[in-house]
Amino acid sequence: MSDSQDTWLRAATALNLLAVDPVGLGGLWLRARSGPVRDRLIDGLQALALPLRKIHPTITDEQLFGGVDVSATLAAGTVVETKGIIGQPSALILTMAERAEANLAGKLALALDDHTCHSLILLDEGDGDEEQAPPALRDRVALHIDATHIAWQDTTDVALPKADIDAARARLDTIQASDTVLKYLTQFAQELGIDSLRTPILAVRTARVHCALFGGDEIDADDLRAAVQLVYAPRATRMPEPEPQPEDNTPPPPPDTNEGDQGDESETPNDFQIPEEVLLEAVKATLPADLLAHLAKQETKSKTPAGAGSGDNKKCNRRGRPLPSRPGQIDGTSKVDLVATLRAAAPWQPIRRKCSPRGTNLHIRAEDIRLKRFEEKSDRLLIFAVDASGSAAFSRLNEAKGAIELLLAEAYARRDHVALVAFRGDSAEILLPPTRSLVQTKRRLAALPGGGGTPLAAGLKSALDLALQARKRGMTPTVAILTDGRANIALDGTANRATAGEDADRMAKSLRGHAVECLVIDMSNRPQQALKHLSETLLAPYVPLPRADAKRLSSAVSAVLSD
Amino acid sequence: MKQPFPFSAIVGQDDMKLAMILTAVDPSIGGVLVFGDRGTGKSTAVRALAALLPPIKAVEGCPTNSEKVADCPEWAEIGSRKIVTKATPVIDLPLGATEDRVVGALDIEKALTRGEKAFAPGLLARANRGYLYIDEVNLLEDHIVDLLLDVAQSGENVIEREGLSIRHAARFVLVGSGNPEEGELRPQLLDRFGLSVDVTTPTDIDDRIEVIRRRDAYDSDYTTFMLRWQAEDAIIRDDILKARKLLKKMKTPDATLRDCAELCIALGSDGLRGELTLLKTARALAAYQGDKTVTRAHVKAIAPASLRHRLRRDPLDEAGAGTRVTRIVEEVLA
Repeated sequence: MSDSQDTWLRAATALNLLAVDPVGLGGLWLRARSGPVRDRLIDGLQALALPLRKIHPTITDEQLFGGVDVSATLAAGTVVETKGIIGQPSALILTMAERAEANLAGKLALALDDHTCHSLILLDEGDGDEEQAPPALRDRVALHIDATHIAWQDTTDVALPKADIDAARARLDTIQASDTVLKYLTQFAQELGIDSLRTPILAVRTARVHCALFGGDEIDADDLRAAVQLVYAPRATRMPEPEPQPEDNTPPPPPDTNEGDQGDESETPNDFQIPEEVLLEAVKATLPADLLAHLAKQETKSKTPAGAGSGDNKKCNRRGRPLPSRPGQIDGTSKVDLVATLRAAAPWQPIRRKCSPRGTNLHIRAEDIRLKRFEEKSDRLLIFAVDASGSAAFSRLNEAKGAIELLLAEAYARRDHVALVAFRGDSAEILLPPTRSLVQTKRRLAALPGGGGTPLAAGLKSALDLALQARKRGMTPTVAILTDGRANIALDGTANRATAGEDADRMAKSLRGHAVECLVIDMSNRPQQALKHLSETLLAPYVPLPRADAKRLSSAVSAVLSD
Repeated sequence: MKQPFPFSAIVGQDDMKLAMILTAVDPSIGGVLVFGDRGTGKSTAVRALAALLPPIKAVEGCPTNSEKVADCPEWAEIGSRKIVTKATPVIDLPLGATEDRVVGALDIEKALTRGEKAFAPGLLARANRGYLYIDEVNLLEDHIVDLLLDVAQSGENVIEREGLSIRHAARFVLVGSGNPEEGELRPQLLDRFGLSVDVTTPTDIDDRIEVIRRRDAYDSDYTTFMLRWQAEDAIIRDDILKARKLLKKMKTPDATLRDCAELCIALGSDGLRGELTLLKTARALAAYQGDKTVTRAHVKAIAPASLRHRLRRDPLDEAGAGTRVTRIVEEVLA
């Protein structure tokens, strides 16, 4: 059977399980582009016993929690409240979940935490690891399915008859998870590097539901395998065996498995034996081949859940701070602040009623109209492009590191984000993606490598890429370049001083072309003519700072930026 | 309707649980900030708190839960003068809450139907004499944070807008939780929390299994589970009530005062709020443990939680603030 068929079958199982117990399982995270395969899966959701409600990432509080029904209120003259979506039991389908912000995630998480009436289906069309549904929500839904690579011809009709689902739902409460099962699942979660305790709780639930649906009075190996495949495998951050465990380079002997096995033997009753390998196989079978390599790559990331920080995951700008609304005319471009309008009209109602034959209806006149106003401030992103080459690298990097932390430490008030690009040897790398988290920054900056040539052009290119990305998310990027200016590695990685200079010049022009604000800090002992030239190309301020320390650096950057 | 997961059934996380209990013993300690990873029981603990807290006596129908009829705000139209017993309010402040919902605003219904200017109280009024819980407090919008800072400081909510000029008592215990990786909290707001605790995922496998076991029992065998743990909750509740009585007669020797002051000087914490909270918390802890005098041991035990978040931030310090406090406590109160 191909991978695609496998995945489809898993997805179908997930749908059936969800149909049995939508609330207890929390829901489903479905990662797929829109298309026939996804449509087929969404059609399968009809089997859920809850009404399906579609919501979108920019849904307002009024729609979610209920509010004043304006048209009905105006007609009736008394306040007519609408029931919010959250008010009624429902399965919420969040479309474009990857664009949901922490704010919405928080509210939905609150609804899910009640465990009484809601189920959440996250339709995630994200592209790559950077775009994912909010972690707070992913953590709360049991079933994770990546349907990106399912081919249409592999999809089959697998929905179970309604009678089976109903029978399973009735049986669910009679199925108990034995202590052994709980121990297995907890232990296994830890071995797979899953930290959140919600995950094993959801896995136990999944196993119970699976057992109720596919027969058996007690949870057996099949049920556990399903739970592991659907709940654990997509969240695993490491494999509990020596080979693909890249966290420490020495191949560790497999003490984990051994200990686990011993523990199992002493604690497992005889009637129930699941060798750990079975579960492990289940996990491996679920992971596509390249995912193992991917896990290895992700290792550092999963430790500091980088994508997790909503601080840097935010897709768009903070909402504007609401300003008091002002009187104005409806012109189609600005939003009418209905509540303020009603407020403005309210005191006049008795008088207007007396003057007007229209009776008890609400009287609103043009002068009552109030328009909404927002003040929006763009977040600033400071990108440090640091030259980590040669002998001076060590001190320079340390100073840059100190300056970044100082800037971040005082960044609450200014809403700044920082990022760090280091260039050395023949290329540049992003050491710290845009973040506001001091905790994360400290962890990332703990070890910075230094030495090698000066690929100034590559550094500028990385900084430019980062700046453009940030701009897409609604931030205002500023690039601070810290170098001593002797570019000697060209963009293609060859050591050629002349080409290197030309490349750097080209990149600088490109930065200027994109109107990215820059700042050149010359850290060599004597001011460099080449850097002066670079700053002129960039139309950027030039700050010679020989032997700069972290404090001076951060104040210099602050000073230039506040101009 | 299912009751929330019981407080006493939460495995481990003793620091967090103790901090919450102490604020129940003495609400003037001023709140708890819980920082930690996802899935460590932060929200569970706060939601369980409501069921744990001793009930309060309040005027029936009073929007601010006033204790006496005389305390009721004049704008509230209260029909009855009866004093009723009700659960201590634990109010959720959702992240996206508007200013109107937090502080209160013009009552549109009355304005529309009767043409009257009346006040519709907000979350702050409802949280009076109770708890205000903010999940993901570090992601809260700035202007709401500013509002909260002001009210938490003065214990009074003043509304001057839309032609209204109204004030009412808003004394509440602020409980905030969040994940430090998602963003920092402004130091001004940090300082307003009396206590701060860090929670981490339990690493002990037996603890983890116990968590799952209890959660599973809660899901599958709800009635028996609740019966057992509600009894445990009741014991804690009794202890809180006993501690409140003891607290009134608590003796504070000068030596303890000196300890507190010396500790804060050594730590270089800003302002005097550190000492005050430290002393109050130590007294609450002594009362909760059934002691009649506050001693150095109490101060030592509670110092990290009450001082950790008040230190000058040192961005180049790799160790956490908690470690720094523990180290200095060992040095000063050896």
